[in-house]
Amino acid sequence: MNNTNDEIDKHIIAFIQGDIPIESRPYNGLADELGISEDEVQARILKMMSKGLLRRLGAVLRHQKAGFDSNAMVAWGVEEEDADEKGEFMAGYDEVSHCYLRETPPDFGYNLFTMIHARSEKELQEIISRISSEAGLSRYTIIKSLKEFKKTSMTYY
Amino acid sequence: MTKLSALDKQVLNRVQKDFPLTVHPFEVMAEAMGVSEAQVMDSIRKMKTAGIIRRIGGIFDTPKMGYHSTLCACKVPQDRIDAVAALINMEKGVTHNYLRDNDVFNLWFTLSAPSKPELKAILSELQQKTGLVINSMPATKVFKIKVFFEVGE
Repeated sequence: MNNTNDEIDKHIIAFIQGDIPIESRPYNGLADELGISEDEVQARILKMMSKGLLRRLGAVLRHQKAGFDSNAMVAWGVEEEDADEKGEFMAGYDEVSHCYLRETPPDFGYNLFTMIHARSEKELQEIISRISSEAGLSRYTIIKSLKEFKKTSMTYY
Repeated sequence: MTKLSALDKQVLNRVQKDFPLTVHPFEVMAEAMGVSEAQVMDSIRKMKTAGIIRRIGGIFDTPKMGYHSTLCACKVPQDRIDAVAALINMEKGVTHNYLRDNDVFNLWFTLSAPSKPELKAILSELQQKTGLVINSMPATKVFKIKVFFEVGE
């Protein structure tokens, strides 16, 4: 890639990392600004997808407002040698949106992190209990959010 | 919660999974659903105004973009929470920041930076600014990142 291409890609990334306008031809203005065609914009986006830089184009929800208003971060204590098995197992639940093994400080005591979403507090408690018993993990902590200070998407350029 | 019509739900499920990469994406969505482009656009505008859709755009793979991320947690005295959260929010690489219900750590935020040394530098700068110990908990393995929520009856 030459420098010109890099600059154009950066502009495209800056555009799609934000909010794509709800217009019939949403890339038209960007293409004009960059002096390329809308097809070229698309081709470049497609290339970013094929390289795996861009996972997809789509809507990001505020899930609380979409009916999933009971959520919690649940951190589980797993032995290092069981981590892969337990992590894969938890990833299989629809209610689990994120599942990561993390390096954590010793005074914290939990290392497998999940984000769990449900439509009610009761449903949330039920799914956590169910995962605990089905995964065979009894040591966990439910870390609910009390206040949101920031929630944005990453800006790269 | 805003009342969603059957069309809204259909649009919402579709637009989360895949916003078609074409010159006229709303028209392509509309054709697949057998409605007009204007109906799809109105529905999306309504759900954006209601705050259900945060944005429509690209979802990037942060590590593949060359970025390093970590989940940070710290114990902030109750009377300093808002001030500390505001300091942390000023950092561009902080995308999520929450007060959480936990005995060990009460403020949790995510931080990304273009390199490991930069990530470390930002962390020590934040520690200096806040005068607090910030615990970094980088992921050593990712099992799942799901961003799709099926909206049904």
